[in-house]
Amino acid sequence: MLNLRRGADRGARVVFLLSSLLSAAVLLGILAFLLFYGVRTFREASPLGFLFGTQWNPDAYGEPEFGLVPLLLGSFLTTLLALLIAIPFGIASAVFVSERLKGWVRVTVKTLVELFAGFPSVVLGFFGLVVLAPFIGHLFHVAFGLNLLNAGLLLGFMALPTIISVSEDALRVVPHSYREAACALGATPWITATRIVLPAARSGILAAVMLGFGRAVGETMVVLMVAGNAPIIPHSPFDPVRTITSTIAIELGESSFNTTHFYSLFALGFVLFLIALGTNFLAESLIKREKRSFTL
Amino acid sequence: MKKLITTLAVGAIFLGGVLVAKEVTVKGSDTLLNLVQRLAEAFSVANPDATVSVTGGGSGVGINAIINDEVDIGDASRSITSSELSTARANGVNVVGYVIAIDGVCIIVNASNPVKQLTISQLGSIYQGKTKNWSEVGGPNKKISLYGRQPSSGTFVYVRDEAVKGEYSPAMRQMNGNSQIVEGVKADEGAIGYVGVGYAREEGIKVLSLSRDGKEYSSPLEQAAVDAGRYPLARPLFQYTNGKVKGDARRLIEFELGPDGQKIVGDEGFYPVTEGYQEKNRGNL
Amino acid sequence: MSGNRAGLTAVPARGLFLKRSRFAGNRGFLVLALPLALFLVFIGYMFVYLFHNGLGVVSWRFLTQPPVNGMTQGGIWPCIVGTVLVAFVSLVFSVPVGILSAIYLSEYAANNFVTRGIRSSVRSLAGIPSIVYGLFGVALFVNAFHLGLSILASGLTLGLMNLPWIIATSEEGINAIPGSFREGALALGATKWEAIRHNVLPYAFPGMLTGALLAVARTLGETAPILFTGVTYYTRNLPHSFMQKFMALPYHLFALATQHDQIMKVRPLAFGTAIVLLVFVLALDALAFVIRMRVATANRWQV
Repeated sequence: MLNLRRGADRGARVVFLLSSLLSAAVLLGILAFLLFYGVRTFREASPLGFLFGTQWNPDAYGEPEFGLVPLLLGSFLTTLLALLIAIPFGIASAVFVSERLKGWVRVTVKTLVELFAGFPSVVLGFFGLVVLAPFIGHLFHVAFGLNLLNAGLLLGFMALPTIISVSEDALRVVPHSYREAACALGATPWITATRIVLPAARSGILAAVMLGFGRAVGETMVVLMVAGNAPIIPHSPFDPVRTITSTIAIELGESSFNTTHFYSLFALGFVLFLIALGTNFLAESLIKREKRSFTL
Repeated sequence: MKKLITTLAVGAIFLGGVLVAKEVTVKGSDTLLNLVQRLAEAFSVANPDATVSVTGGGSGVGINAIINDEVDIGDASRSITSSELSTARANGVNVVGYVIAIDGVCIIVNASNPVKQLTISQLGSIYQGKTKNWSEVGGPNKKISLYGRQPSSGTFVYVRDEAVKGEYSPAMRQMNGNSQIVEGVKADEGAIGYVGVGYAREEGIKVLSLSRDGKEYSSPLEQAAVDAGRYPLARPLFQYTNGKVKGDARRLIEFELGPDGQKIVGDEGFYPVTEGYQEKNRGNL
Repeated sequence: MSGNRAGLTAVPARGLFLKRSRFAGNRGFLVLALPLALFLVFIGYMFVYLFHNGLGVVSWRFLTQPPVNGMTQGGIWPCIVGTVLVAFVSLVFSVPVGILSAIYLSEYAANNFVTRGIRSSVRSLAGIPSIVYGLFGVALFVNAFHLGLSILASGLTLGLMNLPWIIATSEEGINAIPGSFREGALALGATKWEAIRHNVLPYAFPGMLTGALLAVARTLGETAPILFTGVTYYTRNLPHSFMQKFMALPYHLFALATQHDQIMKVRPLAFGTAIVLLVFVLALDALAFVIRMRVATANRWQV
């Protein structure tokens, strides 16, 4: 009887190990597929053309071009615009929630923010299409409200909950002794919050910004519906743009399985994957650094 | 424990349905999407035992799906290219085509735009981005803003090959579907766009007449001009299959080509199949 | 003890805090509250706008009828069914794998390189964009595994998206159980697996359930991963097998908003679809919240 139980114990351990290895394997699997399929692009397209080309035109009348630059720029510009809103809004809100709110008010606000983090992006995109686009059109007297500005605004709202949550965590990790010392020296809560606590948490806050960046750069449906989808290098916030994510979404279905076009989308996916992984990794090390700085 | 067993049982029944499942999958052109959806709906009402699923994505998606033998019917608003045919043959797929409707691609502008007609070369120059202002083609002094489809769209390819004869201007806004182009043109006074004729009969937009040579202009809203091919952008709308179509898919195509189906084609704003194409269809059935 | 007492209006000592800012008092916080208020107002406005336009459309018929007449009338029943089925498949995959992985990571794993690697991989998965999961789903499930476009392929893809969240929340739930629970069992002669099965898992179960609910709430609204793995614009009958294509709420909203031929006519239906989707997501979130609250009060040992 004991041997049976011991066997079950060992068996269980193996099952658990295998499951977690499987989970880890998923990341490696995604990396592998993206890499192996992505690299096949360069059988026909040139790597330099991919990285530095300024035209993305795989179904060209003439020679297909697989230049990453307009898409990368589209992704970065929409994200930049998003962060321009989300960073000040987010950090300000996080400081307010962490240093000023207490009790059930704080819990309610935090819950609301977290709820919005799970908001379906397609509904936000729909809102952008139906409300924001005409609004931008009227406000700025442009005929076409589906553009960089629209996408940037909505992405800002998508990134905001992430920045608020992670910043708030970073602020909470700052030891109370910091605040108490400031208080003992005669500082007001405002001075404490902005000059003592916030700078102390700066690594964590930077991590929050990175995670917000990652969230915005990886968003697909919102950009697909409101960014206008022209693969150009934009000259104004009222120009339509195309991002890496919406390009993949638009073109994946129409490329045949073993064509350069198909593989080029995986190459795009790989670039996206690297950006996402990079920002995540940076964010994690920043959070660790903040925590370490308080344990001296 | 009981929950586990019931869940497994339900799952097994579901999977068992694999053997029984036989749905007709139709995929492809967005121009055809709503037409085919209505045809499929009417067909399913008349034949409750058949299941049809319809998806869009663009003619490129449809043709690609047939090449990969993923679907029963691929909708396309352009004809399949020779390179696509050879890819298909390499995959062991013998592509057969049926024409289920006739379309005249409409060039639309905002209703306030006084311009009534263009030549094909003017149109091409506009969409290439070479002509940038409406004043250059007899209109007001306003910047031309281009609306079009995405590269997966058969209409995108068709207009490019037949009119633009070059690369589209990269400033062309690539909308997700015909309706979005219509909505965009309605709101933008300097806009120009291309849509299937089934989408063009709306308030707030105007359909231009086109000419090949600058002398004779014809409008896509006249069925005679489209059928006779006088309208430069008249085109058949295709459904492609792998080999001669069989089974429920065949019944669907027969329905589409029959009087009920063709009436729906007309109701949707497209033109019924001409006799010449019907003969070819009969040969392929 | 925090220094945020409202009664603290001490004058800043000049030596340390040189700038006598206008915001030195607590008025400064009003400035900070403004962005938050704006954000909450925006969310509120969006909800009100959507519900105002959509509530009139939603009725029992809307929820239980398929779309008819070229999808300009009727309801969204097949979309609801499709969404539920795909969520079901995703859970069937991700919950067992996720919980088992979480158990390993919190109970068995030594703090070595391999473990840190696994943890790191799992956390990174959470930050991968949804369209990349879509790419992977097409390459692996649709093509390599030959599942074709199906509920199964889409469900598995969504399951992969769920996985890091389920692992994270399950680990949290397990780690919240005090060590004394396990030690007590071991002291009585149980094997490690038995200790876990009887003394840890039942108490961690609500945490895991919360995690699963939250994960589903997130994936319900995902369109990108199902776009190329099985969702379809229209199918009249409900799917009767996991290998068939399906309609889904998020894609239906996208299609009605951008691909239908009479997008203004179906705009009300789009609003209806949007709020049905929102209600589903909110309901799951609320359920998760309620469970979390009940667990917190029931288990006093969770300090």
